[in-house]
Amino acid sequence: MARATVLGRLTWRVATVAALRQETPNARTIVLDVPGWPGHVAGQHVDVRLTAPDGYSAQRSYSIASAADGARVELTVELVPDGEVSPYLVEVLEVGDRIDIRGPVGGWFVWDPARADATPVQLVAGGSGIVPLMAMIRTRAAAGSTAPFRLLYSVREHSAMLYAAELETHAEAVTPTYVYTRKAPGGHPRPAGRIDAGLVRAAAWPPDRRPLCFVCGPTGFVEAAADLLVAAGHDPALIRTERFGPTGGPA
Amino acid sequence: MATVSRGFFGRRRSGDPDLPPGQYLVTDFPVLSAGPTPRLRTEDWEFTITTETGEKHAWDWAALMALPAQTPTVDLHCVTKWSKLGTSWRGVSLDTLFEDVESAAEYALVHSYGGYTTNLPLQDLLDGQAWIAYEFEGEPLEPEHGGPARLLVPHLYLWKSAKWVRGIQLLHDDEPGFWETAGYHNYGDPWREQRYWGD
Amino acid sequence: MSTDHLDGNAAAGALREIFTTDLTAATGTCASCGNVATVAQAVLYTNAPGLVGRCPGCEAVLFRLVRGPGRAWLDLRGVTCLEFALPDPS
Repeated sequence: MARATVLGRLTWRVATVAALRQETPNARTIVLDVPGWPGHVAGQHVDVRLTAPDGYSAQRSYSIASAADGARVELTVELVPDGEVSPYLVEVLEVGDRIDIRGPVGGWFVWDPARADATPVQLVAGGSGIVPLMAMIRTRAAAGSTAPFRLLYSVREHSAMLYAAELETHAEAVTPTYVYTRKAPGGHPRPAGRIDAGLVRAAAWPPDRRPLCFVCGPTGFVEAAADLLVAAGHDPALIRTERFGPTGGPA
Repeated sequence: MATVSRGFFGRRRSGDPDLPPGQYLVTDFPVLSAGPTPRLRTEDWEFTITTETGEKHAWDWAALMALPAQTPTVDLHCVTKWSKLGTSWRGVSLDTLFEDVESAAEYALVHSYGGYTTNLPLQDLLDGQAWIAYEFEGEPLEPEHGGPARLLVPHLYLWKSAKWVRGIQLLHDDEPGFWETAGYHNYGDPWREQRYWGD
Repeated sequence: MSTDHLDGNAAAGALREIFTTDLTAATGTCASCGNVATVAQAVLYTNAPGLVGRCPGCEAVLFRLVRGPGRAWLDLRGVTCLEFALPDPS
């Protein structure tokens, strides 16, 4: 079980946009400077609150993409068609702008190198579900951890893949397997299609290694992928899931 | 103190004098749900009114369709602050359904397929104020919006217009429903902005 | 497959407004079916007047959280017991 600690009161903090990085045509990373940021564990998220001049406000949760690094916090946001908050974050926000965030929050879908031993870790990402898993990969590298990682990353097509170049630099450490659901790039060993039982058997840690599995993506993807892991013989108690979707209401 | 986000206006706009206080106008039809959406076939559907003495009045789908329908055009006000104006519905007035119901009860507890409940005074269901609605904008009501049939009580916040309505229980004593037991106002008049307990 | 829900992870911020420890990693027992799961594993409905967490086993309501101006309401009647890992007082 994740260990709980007694924390301070959760309050909104003003974050200033320090930099912006376009990751794909539809996603960008927002580098925030958050004075007093208490640090975070890979897998945690923040709540972001936007407020209009007339007081109308909207709030969403976003996973932290970066390893803990002082007052810097990076979020990667993918555009949700017809969304209310993501179009602003992906297309309107500029360096120097200020937004309200609170966090870090979440203590279950987390990987902490200080508490991890040699337990293998299986990461399974669907679309922008890679974001909190990337925080784990980055944290592993930053901490010099040797925990054995593997990554299964399902994405629509290559142009929608987040962190493609950076993942290559971690290739030896995380043995990534990519699955393209709509269009596979030329030379890819597998035709376009969804993650299936054969792929889980071939590319994920075998169940007898008892890996801790982190599955993140849209709700439908997470439920299908978690079912495949269980069917392959993985212990449901070792599977941690996080679903995201274009939901959430006004604050 | 909230930080105003430069260039953020949100999807919802206010400024219409026809709106109750604190509401924003929308043109889409947001889907709110507190649980899985029941997928009900009309052949399995039943609606009941149960009086305080236990007397039960029941209608299946064919019986509901056989009753005279009305086509109200009404404004919807959701407690999450969106309002949608001029929506057109087709359904049976609760005055029609209550025609043969003998009751001295003052309160109603509405039950839905899926377990949702909401309460309101019986008089708010009568006198042309409420319908069992089964068409929205000329089309059969989608499951996401409460189909095959939902309660429509547009003069109260929309959480009172129970989706997937299954029955109305008449009670001498008021019994707060799903949201009314968790902070939301027992009556919910949007024009008096009765959102939460004590408002 | 139903995709209109999230999971309890998404309630972490709203719960941390109230509790000084992370509630999503706590393990709860469903009052309806006895299923044991973390709050993070609850089926969470967020497009609603409040947050509604349901049992991943039987879909019964575990908790409801409503946030109003200056107030919050938390109903946990669907959970019989919550277990937290806590450090011993020093």
